[in-house]
Amino acid sequence: MTSATVTESTARGSSMDRGTAIALVVMVLAFAVAPLAFYPVFLMNVLCMALFACAFNLLIGFGGLLSFGHAMFLGMAGYVCAHAAKVWGFPPAAAIALGTATAAGLGIVAGLLAIRRQGIYFAMITLALAQMVYFFCLQAPFTHGEDGIQSVPRGKLFGFLDLNNVWVLYYVVLAIFVAAFLLIYRTVHSPFGQVLKAIRENEARAISLGYDADRYKLLAFVLSATLAGLAGATKAIVFQLASLTDVHWSMSGEVVLMTLLGGMGTIFGPVIGALIIVGLQNYLAPLGQWVTVITGVIFVVCVLAFRRGIVGELTEWWKRRHPRERPASS
Amino acid sequence: MTIFGIPTQALFGQLLIGLINGAFYAMLSLGLAVIFGLLNIINFTHGAQYMLGAFCAWFLLQYAGVGYWWSLLLAPLVVGVVGILIERTMLARLYKLDHLYGLLLTFGLALILQGIFTNYFGSSGQPYQLPQEFSGAFNLGFMFLPKYRAWVIVASLVVCLGTWYVIERTKLGSYLRAATENPALVQAFGINVPRMITATYGFGVGLAALAGVMAAPIYQVNPQMGANIIIVVFAVVVIGGMGSILGSIITGFGLGLIEGLTKVFYPEASNTVIFIIMAIVLLIKPAGLFGRAR
Repeated sequence: MTSATVTESTARGSSMDRGTAIALVVMVLAFAVAPLAFYPVFLMNVLCMALFACAFNLLIGFGGLLSFGHAMFLGMAGYVCAHAAKVWGFPPAAAIALGTATAAGLGIVAGLLAIRRQGIYFAMITLALAQMVYFFCLQAPFTHGEDGIQSVPRGKLFGFLDLNNVWVLYYVVLAIFVAAFLLIYRTVHSPFGQVLKAIRENEARAISLGYDADRYKLLAFVLSATLAGLAGATKAIVFQLASLTDVHWSMSGEVVLMTLLGGMGTIFGPVIGALIIVGLQNYLAPLGQWVTVITGVIFVVCVLAFRRGIVGELTEWWKRRHPRERPASS
Repeated sequence: MTIFGIPTQALFGQLLIGLINGAFYAMLSLGLAVIFGLLNIINFTHGAQYMLGAFCAWFLLQYAGVGYWWSLLLAPLVVGVVGILIERTMLARLYKLDHLYGLLLTFGLALILQGIFTNYFGSSGQPYQLPQEFSGAFNLGFMFLPKYRAWVIVASLVVCLGTWYVIERTKLGSYLRAATENPALVQAFGINVPRMITATYGFGVGLAALAGVMAAPIYQVNPQMGANIIIVVFAVVVIGGMGSILGSIITGFGLGLIEGLTKVFYPEASNTVIFIIMAIVLLIKPAGLFGRAR
């Protein structure tokens, strides 16, 4: 990608194209009325996982970096948030902020190590680092090992929003999700996001154009880790629990699956993917280990037949049907 | 007798365990490296195939009364054939795409295999009877060395060095190395590269299954046994770099020993020490100890 197209799309990026804006409004409205039909705790789980997947997608979809260890940010932020709220008596906003900041710090350390290699090695390194964090969480006294941190107090947000009321909690989580979603959208369509795409497409060329590729990749990694941490901290408040499940490698695999299924590099894909996978786990829970098998099958089918994901395939189909109205960028 | 305040008995005992673990790290990372060299795919299913090898041996003993020695031959063959089917039907479609898709596909396959076995066998292990000829131990004067453990170390060394010999010193190996460098050119010389790729995958997978059979009497045969070891093996591969066969053998055994030593001197870190070493190696020599920068 040349610098000319970068500036051009930057100018366009400042305003959202109409289709995206409509889809965004529809999504927010759907989530706003969804608690009338579905169990709010289930929906909050969807929102947290959707935020997690969007953060992950920022890295793979726009930076081309496949992290196989994103659970470390989700889980670690959850533990710190839960500990701060329960043991140190932090109010929820401060606990969430501290959890998120921890994920950011962890993201800097992990990012500095991981971006030293590319492609498959990047995936293996992030996986190994996450496993290290998992063992840390297993052994550290404050995480309470297998039990996790239980009955975390929800408290009052900013002193007056009582999060013990499930409706208040739901709309707070929705607000966090929408804010983070808009931040990701803005990032992707900013000059920074365009440079990131340029690096993904052709790193050597981006470097020759004067961009410090490592710095951009690190920044993207840290941003993604931070938002994953926000998801994890919020999740800890919602479920009043921080446990080993959230730092386990299977969680890292789950977020890859959500993004792959919804569509890597699409704005709404991770949300759809999270909705489907969380729904699947929720309603198929009685099947026990078969859920793992089903998850594996979805992985295989996606990779073999369905690489663009649901949103990606739909966009492609729409473009083929309406060749003239084709938007300049996806 | 003590060394650094540690009884020698405990020290050598842990070193032995480390060496055994190292033998499995070496065999598994060797298979990963061979597969990666030709297919450019990181075989995430490797751990599940190791587990499959162990279960294969267990099935053979339990239902067919086939003993350890035949399992050592049959299990790698069976799992290798399954691997070849996977390669032909699925992996072969991905070679022209980004290598990450291979990783994702094999991850999905690993989930399927583990899920199925966990369903039928739970997460508790099935014991595998130690073969008669291996009961007992050698007295080395300073420690007792169980016969089976001695066998595992010797056998894995033979397997690893045999693989090294075939790849680095024979004509077949030279084809393999040439195809790793430039498959199109090797194909132009009239060598059937796709078939070689299939055979290589089958071989690498068979190696994982062989490790599984050898592990069966030591660890319990457990559906999760592969998932736990594969991530450590990934770290081993990152530390060694996948450029060299001998490199992955040395790294495997070396890291097993270091892990064993850590268990003696600072047990809290024994789970994480390999990952810490990985981080240090990445800082100093990002391509890995034996790797080439690419």
